[in-house]
Amino acid sequence: MSEQTMNLKLKIWRQKDKNSKGQFVTYAMPGVSPDMSFLEMLDLLNLKLVRNGEEAVAFDHDCREGICGTCSMFINGRAHGPLKGITACQLHMRTFTDGETIVIEPWRAKAFPIIKDLVVDRSAFERIMQAGGFVSVRTGGAPDGNAIPISKAVADEAMDAAACIGCGACVAACKNGSAMLFVSAKVSQLALLPQGYAERKTRVEAMVAQMDAEGFGNCSNTYACEAECPKMISVEHIARLNREYVRAKLV
Amino acid sequence: MTLNSKIPDGPIEKKWDNHRFNMKLVNPANKLKYHVVVVGTGLAGASAAASLAELGYQVTALCYHESPRRAHSIAAQGGINAPKNYPNDGDSIWRLFYDTVKGGDYRAREANVYRLAQVSNNIIDQCVAQGVPFAREYGGLLDNRSFGGAQVSRTFYARGQTGQQLLLGAYAALSRQIGLGNIKFYDRREMLDLVVIDGQARGIVARNMVTGKMESYLGDAVILATGGYGNVFFLSTNAMMCNATATWRAHKRGAFFGNPCFTQIHPTCIPLSSDHQSKLTLMSESLRNSGRIWVPKAKGDKRHPNDIPEEERDYYLERLYPSFGNLVPRDVASRRAKEMCDKGHGVGATGLAVYLDFSTTIKRLGKKWVEEQYGNLFDMYKQITGEDGYQQPMRIYPAVHYTMGGLWVDYNLMSTIPGLFVLGEANFSDHGANRLGASALMQGLADGYFVIPYTMGDYLASNKFSKVDTNHGAFKDVERDLDSMTKKLMSIKGKKPVDEIHKELGKIMWDKCGMGRNEARLKEALQEIPKLREEFWNNVTITGSADSFNQELEKAHRLADFLELGELMCHDALQREESCGGHFREEHQTEEGEAKRNDEKFAFVAAWEYKGAGNAATLHKEPLTFEYVKPSQRSYK
Ligand SMILES: Cc1cc2nc3c(=O)[nH]c(=O)nc-3n(C[C@H](O)[C@H](O)[C@H](O)COP(=O)(O)OP(=O)(O)OC[C@H]3O[C@@H](n4cnc5c(N)ncnc54)[C@H](O)[C@@H]3O)c2cc1C
Ligand code: FES
Repeated sequence: MSEQTMNLKLKIWRQKDKNSKGQFVTYAMPGVSPDMSFLEMLDLLNLKLVRNGEEAVAFDHDCREGICGTCSMFINGRAHGPLKGITACQLHMRTFTDGETIVIEPWRAKAFPIIKDLVVDRSAFERIMQAGGFVSVRTGGAPDGNAIPISKAVADEAMDAAACIGCGACVAACKNGSAMLFVSAKVSQLALLPQGYAERKTRVEAMVAQMDAEGFGNCSNTYACEAECPKMISVEHIARLNREYVRAKLV
Repeated sequence: MTLNSKIPDGPIEKKWDNHRFNMKLVNPANKLKYHVVVVGTGLAGASAAASLAELGYQVTALCYHESPRRAHSIAAQGGINAPKNYPNDGDSIWRLFYDTVKGGDYRAREANVYRLAQVSNNIIDQCVAQGVPFAREYGGLLDNRSFGGAQVSRTFYARGQTGQQLLLGAYAALSRQIGLGNIKFYDRREMLDLVVIDGQARGIVARNMVTGKMESYLGDAVILATGGYGNVFFLSTNAMMCNATATWRAHKRGAFFGNPCFTQIHPTCIPLSSDHQSKLTLMSESLRNSGRIWVPKAKGDKRHPNDIPEEERDYYLERLYPSFGNLVPRDVASRRAKEMCDKGHGVGATGLAVYLDFSTTIKRLGKKWVEEQYGNLFDMYKQITGEDGYQQPMRIYPAVHYTMGGLWVDYNLMSTIPGLFVLGEANFSDHGANRLGASALMQGLADGYFVIPYTMGDYLASNKFSKVDTNHGAFKDVERDLDSMTKKLMSIKGKKPVDEIHKELGKIMWDKCGMGRNEARLKEALQEIPKLREEFWNNVTITGSADSFNQELEKAHRLADFLELGELMCHDALQREESCGGHFREEHQTEEGEAKRNDEKFAFVAAWEYKGAGNAATLHKEPLTFEYVKPSQRSYK
């Protein structure tokens, strides 16, 4: 345990609801231990605010271990903060220095309207998944799990793609607000596995069409998405999506 | 009321088959006429909702998350069991059944456990077909590993993210049905009460967490798949929002609560470092397959672990349990760690930790192998503690992890309220007094994919439902009561934020109803909890408004229930004058410090009936009989 604490200044986006105008509010934040997680630091701020009769800062979070994809904030201009390969909830205060001002904003993207403060509505992702992010098998009647061998290399690559936690950092990091990395991760996982072959064509078409309908921007290959993805999903999956899409249009 | 567990007749291997044959079926054309409300869309709820919709029922599903994919099931790391016997190491349905009954310390129903073992193989097949990327061997076949409490390799896994991948599989099936219009799904809705009409569960009232409005949802039956209540301890490995509200409020409407004191403390968690900590982080116990647990032989040894020579280390699990070693069940591993620390052998700044050491495995199989198996867990450890588990042993300590207790259900997974079914961690079934590793995912998916589709049909086909809508007085009364409860909470305007009171409750529960329990401390807790509850109702402070997005208010509703449930847990722990599984009564132990069961007096499920505010709950007992796995003192020597 580190004994020294830090004094920080927090500039946080506050917005009452979807229809209100938001603004930055600055809070002095003394007594921050370097061992705290970033979200525990926000908990501490909220305890203080509530004790003073002020409204707590709303932010989405749940697992606090980087797996549920719920936490979603822009910290000092970076999705999930300054470190690579982690979510905001995995960030610890030892990453910051005494006296620093930290700017905290919600995801900003046309397809993710703000609900309150740092909380956004990511239901556009849901609708993309509903359009085709599945293999159409009913419960029951599946063949034995070992009926179709799948090489370890392919299974591992599918797992790399499947590791996406659907947090939306890729969209928030992209200047166009594109959802290509998110969509490609699912398309790629299921295109790699034999179980997904039968629906390759319809899946990629339906998911891309829904992505466009939701108002996500185009991909202009700047790869900010890969750089900010907490699960380091590779843009190679975007390349595979493009191939799948072309293939679907040809076949 | 007498409890009827509805266990079918016949030999154990035939019970489920016979029952499936004897159950009534709903004619395909009629299925559309029935409507089921599914609360919670983690593994259990998502698999149930998808499977029921595929059959043709109308389904409404809701959860408090913004997406089903965020459910706490996502956090499971280690794996899921199935006795496929792919490794040819002697596994079978019978062995999984036997291990689960024994691992649960003979406090689970044999018939349920047998069924669970039976359908578990189908789960793997189902998930593979959905495109779940399970780990594979070079030859392309599915890989298995062994997991706490089992001597065979029957655990399937997907890197360190098994729960996530299984949930994404169930979520995909659910999403498909939503896309097809067969399921109406509502996100950010928190069920705050159950609606019972003419003695049948007919719907729920949920708070819309964005607008604050109370909304009614009607069905012919209701499924709760709302997860466990480990957060009654404030600090646990559960996700922050996990809570007992759905099950507790159903309990107050008449559903009996089964074995509330049976909680599991997981041995391999990252130790607590400060008061600000909001949760504890589990590292999968699969780590125990390759890591060796030890403490310094000398008390208070402050040397760096790498400087402590081999002969001055006590690999106490290997010493005490030569045949199971580091793989003893969770309750045993946790209790022994606590005991070592209590005796002064604990390590780290707080002295509340033991070492988990990988150096032997790294020497034998190489760092790369360890990285491949457990890489993300080592990363997670480093992220949180700033230490490198490859260079020095990890520090671990037990933490609250899982609740075996939950709403009492019969063999059909129906509670004591007709039409209210309970699935997954929310029910009490199958794990007895201790759950084996990799069997919660199995149970949640067994309930959702392979049990409820049959038993729900039987219920719907066997009962009549009066024609009502959500304007029925029962819905309106509940909505009104919830509005006034919310108003009351908002108007207290006291001095303490919700979390502050929750931490106080957590401390009482951990100190007095945690890893070791005794009469005196439980009685103290029973004095303290009602006082704290009173303080909550007089001194909590909630800012913001009731008719908008308000996380403080959400937490207050949940804490109100924890403050009642915690008390019931202590009552239950107090009445159970024996030690079994995760319930360790210090008065009842063998000379070697092992749990001492009392089968003569306590071979029963404790099912508690709510009797109104201020009245003591009534204890009902469902006797447990063991025809196939004869109770013996569990021995892992
Ligand atoms: C860190 C960790 C690791 C684990 N690892 C393993 C493992 O390796 N193997 C294993 O077998 N088990 C493991 N477990 C246990 C297992 O993950 C859980 O027991 C299981 O996933 C629970 O699934 P569930 O569907 O019952 O509930 P959950 O997944 O908790 O889902 C609950 C659902 O109910 C909803 N909900 C709850 N209350 C309400 C309400 N009032 N209104 C509306 N919606 C509500 C939630 O939104 C959510 O959708 C682990 C648990 C933890 C904590
Ligand atoms: S809270 Fe789950 S990923 Fe951050």
